[in-house]
Amino acid sequence: MEKRSARPAREIVVPGDLLDDSGMNAGNNTYVLDGNVYASVLGVKNIFQNNVNVIPLGGCYMPSTGDTVLGVIIDIGPSNWLVDINAPYPAPLHVNEVPWKVEFGDTSRYLNLGNVVMLKVLMVDESKKIQVTMKDSGLRRIEGGQIVEIPHSKVSRIIGKSGSMIQMIKNLTDCRIFVGQNGRIWVDGDDENTDVAVAAIKMIEANAQSSNLTEKVKEFIENKLPQVADEDDNGEE
Amino acid sequence: MSDFIISEIKRDHILKLLCEGKREDGRGTADIRKIETIVGCIESADGSARVKLGKTEIIAGVKIVPGTPFGDSPDVGVLTTGAELIPMAHASFESGPPSETAIELARVVDRGIRESGMIDVSQLCIESGKEVWMCFIDMYALDYDGNLFDAANLAAVCALKNAIIPAEQYGKGKNRPLPVTCTPISITSVKIGNDLILDPNFDEEMISSARMTVTTDDNGNFRAMQKGGKGSITRDDLSLCLDRAVEKGKEIRKIIG
Amino acid sequence: MSGHTDMVLVNDEGLRIDGRTAEEKRPIKIEAGVLSNADGSAYLEIGKNKVLAAVYGPRECHPRHLQDPTKAIIQCKYNMEAFSVSDRKRPGPDRRSIEISKIIAEALEKVVLTELFPRASIDVYIEILQANAGTRCAGLTAASVALADAGIPMRDIIPAIAAGKADDHVLLDLNKEEDNFGQADVPLAIVPSTDEIVLLQMDGNMTREEFDHAIDLAYKACHEVYDVQKEALKKRYTSMKEEVDSDE
Repeated sequence: MEKRSARPAREIVVPGDLLDDSGMNAGNNTYVLDGNVYASVLGVKNIFQNNVNVIPLGGCYMPSTGDTVLGVIIDIGPSNWLVDINAPYPAPLHVNEVPWKVEFGDTSRYLNLGNVVMLKVLMVDESKKIQVTMKDSGLRRIEGGQIVEIPHSKVSRIIGKSGSMIQMIKNLTDCRIFVGQNGRIWVDGDDENTDVAVAAIKMIEANAQSSNLTEKVKEFIENKLPQVADEDDNGEE
Repeated sequence: MSDFIISEIKRDHILKLLCEGKREDGRGTADIRKIETIVGCIESADGSARVKLGKTEIIAGVKIVPGTPFGDSPDVGVLTTGAELIPMAHASFESGPPSETAIELARVVDRGIRESGMIDVSQLCIESGKEVWMCFIDMYALDYDGNLFDAANLAAVCALKNAIIPAEQYGKGKNRPLPVTCTPISITSVKIGNDLILDPNFDEEMISSARMTVTTDDNGNFRAMQKGGKGSITRDDLSLCLDRAVEKGKEIRKIIG
Repeated sequence: MSGHTDMVLVNDEGLRIDGRTAEEKRPIKIEAGVLSNADGSAYLEIGKNKVLAAVYGPRECHPRHLQDPTKAIIQCKYNMEAFSVSDRKRPGPDRRSIEISKIIAEALEKVVLTELFPRASIDVYIEILQANAGTRCAGLTAASVALADAGIPMRDIIPAIAAGKADDHVLLDLNKEEDNFGQADVPLAIVPSTDEIVLLQMDGNMTREEFDHAIDLAYKACHEVYDVQKEALKKRYTSMKEEVDSDE
């Protein structure tokens, strides 16, 4: 095993902190003034090759093209629905973007207030107007199960390296889990297993800083669901 | 507040848990959340308290000033209660003059304090017909996670119990504590489906059909009640609310002292 | 600001009634992330001032006609609790609080990268729980921390403090008595990285020399307040640092 202790410790920065005055490229969440790079959000300074950026510690979810998200129907028009996707702006879902043929004025027969839908962000334009669709494989209305909300900045931690964390939770709990880019996670399965999967996700959210997290989560689930420890390796999604 | 939409999945999950007598935060149907109080936190007030009921947080301050009594009660002091649901507390609260909800809240808290005789207003006379102590209770919601009624009642009661009449400031004799006779405690339940649960959080409150607040005094007598919400409660529900108000009122009086 | 009093505000040794020197600010304490519903929040005490600030947004702009298609707007509400002052204040906005809300929103506008959120609104709520002179500066200082706590992109964090004049002395950070019976008050807020002025008011009576001196004091103190603001934000997130470290 190679040690990577040579990597410099990263520091927390706040808006206005000077990040670099040696000519590095300004990355995400930074701005340039008089050739110097400054932080624009509260976060952790990150240097990659000749780039300096800030990994945010909070902030709202800003949709980008291709994201899959969980939304809640919050308003119904004659030819569209308005969906809360945890972003600053609700996203209109047009009748042309759902997998059914919906007559004008017939929208509430298909999706009603409070319904939860899995959507894909089609486009975000300059003025941050969002277009979403439900017409792609796997996208649909979801029912049952539980929804966990976590800060969107922690989504990558839940997913893990190339999906390792989420896959492990799925395997061990035998739950269906969908992680929306917007920080909403849907978990469905046997009642007891769902509770454990939800608890595991909350555990990751709360203990994201600890190392060996994948191992700890595995241990946690196996403690809560002793029966799965035996049939560990043949877990299917 | 009414246009706040709660997801169907969350609603169904809460309902499903309630069928088994469980709640999302692990409480039983008759459990109230943790109460935390900071009393006397505002020196510019004559009495103050910041109260947390779970994640719901309210600050209450009391101001006591000399004023003119009402014509029909020349020897008694005046109590005035106000509540503001400031937009700091929740995304659904808007700034502006007090909403219907805020006014109902203030009036229900006021009734518990007034009708229980918590403050002996007959001891607030300075000069009959001319001058009495006027006691203003102002409450502000800082964080809203359901059950403002009980949190506001607690904040107001704690602030009053800690209040001092600032007589010296006005040359009206020596400073003295506000004459407090008892500790009125309100207990609120909401109805979700056929279940009656105590101290609802925001999600539970949103999917509830009716609300029942019952205020008791130290003897377990009833001093104020308010049924709210568009749904109804049964006679049996009411009976349960009354029993719980007495029982939980006792517990809370021990907590806040 | 009557300018007339029998009260000695600065004694022969140059000390003020609360024991401070002319160039000393009151003790200041800031805590970030104190509320659960708000997207960002901060609690601040400076002397006997107690202030809460909360931020919601960026979120959809209401009322809709205020929307700007090119950037977010900042809406600020400064409000004093009825029990925050010695005489009970009638609840609700008055002309003073509306003016203060406006100048605080304008000061924040300078540093928030509003162009990233067209059509949205960033709502800042300042509640004065206890007032003892200098609440607009305390409110703005707390609001800046709340904005950063909400993860809102900004060029810098804004500190604010007042300087003024009482008993013919130029003083930093006037307290209640100095404000009531003093001769001038100059609240100042700056962008520390560039030293630009984003809020400045003055009332009273000062010579050019006195004013320059007051501004010098306020500038220096703003930079000190800035350090306290940054520390409050970093403190809140220190435990979260390793999380990103191990995220590779």
